[in-house]
Parts: sequence; C-alpha cells; structure tokens
Amino acid sequence: MTDTPSLPEHLTTSEREALFPLPDPALAGLRARLVQQADDAGLVEVAYRTLDTPVGPLLLAATAQGLVRVAFEREDFDAVLAALASRVSPRVLEAPRRLDEAAVELEEYFTGTRRRFDLPLDRALSTGFREKVQRVLPRIDYGSTRSYKEIAELVGSPRAVRAVGTACATNPLPIVVPCHRVLRTDGALGGYVGGLDAKTALLTLERTA
Amino acid sequence: MKTPYETAVQRHGPTVLRVCCAVLGPGPDAEDAWAETFLAALTSWPDLAEDTNLEAWLVRVAHRKAIDVTRRRARHAVPTDDLPEQASRRGNPGRDDGVWTAVAALPERQRLAVAYHYLGGLPHAETAALIGGSAEAVRRASADGIRALRRSFAAGDDTEGAAR
Repeated sequence: MTDTPSLPEHLTTSEREALFPLPDPALAGLRARLVQQADDAGLVEVAYRTLDTPVGPLLLAATAQGLVRVAFEREDFDAVLAALASRVSPRVLEAPRRLDEAAVELEEYFTGTRRRFDLPLDRALSTGFREKVQRVLPRIDYGSTRSYKEIAELVGSPRAVRAVGTACATNPLPIVVPCHRVLRTDGALGGYVGGLDAKTALLTLERTA
Repeated sequence: MKTPYETAVQRHGPTVLRVCCAVLGPGPDAEDAWAETFLAALTSWPDLAEDTNLEAWLVRVAHRKAIDVTRRRARHAVPTDDLPEQASRRGNPGRDDGVWTAVAALPERQRLAVAYHYLGGLPHAETAALIGGSAEAVRRASADGIRALRRSFAAGDDTEGAAR
C-alpha cells in the first residue's frame, strides 16, 4: 500500500522531521566544525562536557583560564549551565576538547593512580571567605581528613566553623578541590554537594588506593 | 541573552539547516551558511535581547549568510572553455536526497517562500521583507510550492510504486 505523505499547511516539529529529513552529514559533523571555528575565534567562553565516573556523571566546565566548575548530576546540569551563563558568560558551548586534560586527571584519580590534581583553575565562582576556605582545601593530603573546625583555625577564623561548612557546601570545584576531606569534629560525614554516598565513595577510594 | 548559547544550537540547529538546505541545496554551501549563522549568533549572543524570537532571528541571519555564500561562489567562478567535472552544489541527483531534490526543482520564489515561511516559520510579511514582493505574493508562492511538492511526492509514489 502506498502512503503518500500529505503536506499540511503548517508544520509541527515532528512533521518537519518526518517530511524534511536532514541530509547527511547531519548535525553532528556540522556541530564539531562550529565548535572548532568558535574556539579558534576565541568565542567559547565556557566550554563543557560530561564525564562518567564511579560517583555518577560529572559536568566539567572550563574558561580560557582553567577549570571553573565540576558538578554532580544531582545539582541538575541544566541549572548548573544556566548559572554559568549568568555568572561567567552566556557563551557556553559543549566543547569537550578543552576538558581533555581535566577528564584524564579525573579518570586517573578514580582508578587510584592520581593523588593530586595538576590543573589550572578559574576561581570566578568563588568570592570572599568561601574562596579563602576553598583555596586551603587542597592542602589536605590525599587519604587524610580534617574537621570543619580545623579548617576554620587554618584560615585564621577559628569561630567561623559554620561558614567553613557553607564554603565546602558551595565549592564549585568538588573532587578537584577536596571538600570531601572535611568532616565533622566527631568524625561524622557532615554534608556533601555530591550526596553522602559520593563523599563516602571518595573517602573509601582514597583510603584503599 | 543570559541563557547558555548551547541551547540555541540544540533547539534551532535543525530548523536552520533545513532552511539552508532549501535555499542552497543540501551540500557544502548549506553547511557553510549554517556554520556562519551560528558563529554570528555566538558573536552577538551576549547582546541579544532576552525577548528575541530566536528562531526568526536565526532564519533572518541564515538568509544573509546564504546570500554571502552565493556571492562568494559567484566571485570564485572563473569563465573557462574547459568545463571540469564538478560536484553538484544542489545535492547529488544520484544520491537519495528525497524531498530536497524536489525542493531544488521548485521555481526560485516558491523555493525561497517554502524555505523561509514553511520551514523557517517566518510570517508571510517577514518572508516578503527578505525575498521581495508582497506578503500576499509570498503566501501564493509558498502555497504553490507546497502544492508542487505534494505532486512530486505523489508522482514519486506512482512511479516507484513501493510503500514507504
């Protein structure tokens, strides 16, 4: 039986797709070319990609300065990208190449072969006391932990324990900036931007690797 | 715009490519126009007003980029007695470009009206502003184009006699 497609006067999106299929090479190749040209022209102000890891998919985003954001899936990637657009630059494009190095280092970290990250970071999303706290966190060695109180003392504000907790909870670069190594004084986990399961998984990884 | 540019590529990339294919034929020219449209959008992105009708804006840019591509092609055309074998820029008749072959066969005004109004979603008046003539003339050209495409679909089914 023949099924002559009728052309309606107005097209819905699905009719467009069915009646006017995109020719080969379709969008994937064109996109790759666009990303390359945009990058060459210095127009990709925030490049991002996702990466599958043992703690779930991560979103990695970088400016020309360096890695600006690592996000867990529970933070909602769309919301994370929207925040990057409004706080850093709306020129946000999925452009994985700029994240190659960060992806490799994270993969090495998750296989237990990397104990320190050696990546240029862009602290554009951190300010004030929070930034101060986040900058000292990489001093906590791989496999060891500190309490919120100890970090407060380390930054010279021994009574700002709660503010240290907030600084850890709002860390824009989790895992790379190891806020997961900060626990409550009694050894309880406290909170974690990636969820407590992720915090436990990271601490276990570092203890056993 | 304060929203991520990426969403514009994902949401409107296919529509803009259909418009470029209808205007220039599927192939390298349409791909160039598509890429130049989205590069222009990326350049202007932070300055675009939040209430911009993005699809319409992109389709209008695609129109200008298609003209650029056509002009560039004409400028690089050198008269010669020696006609080399050349790949078709309006799609390959041997390849199954399906509907695009039928679109390419339309008279120019019908083809452009179908591209900008029917595929690009621009109102008749805005399409007329791009391709000239009155909104009413564009409405007729678009309707005639669709009718011709319908006929070529039907004819294709008759001659091939196969179910799709």
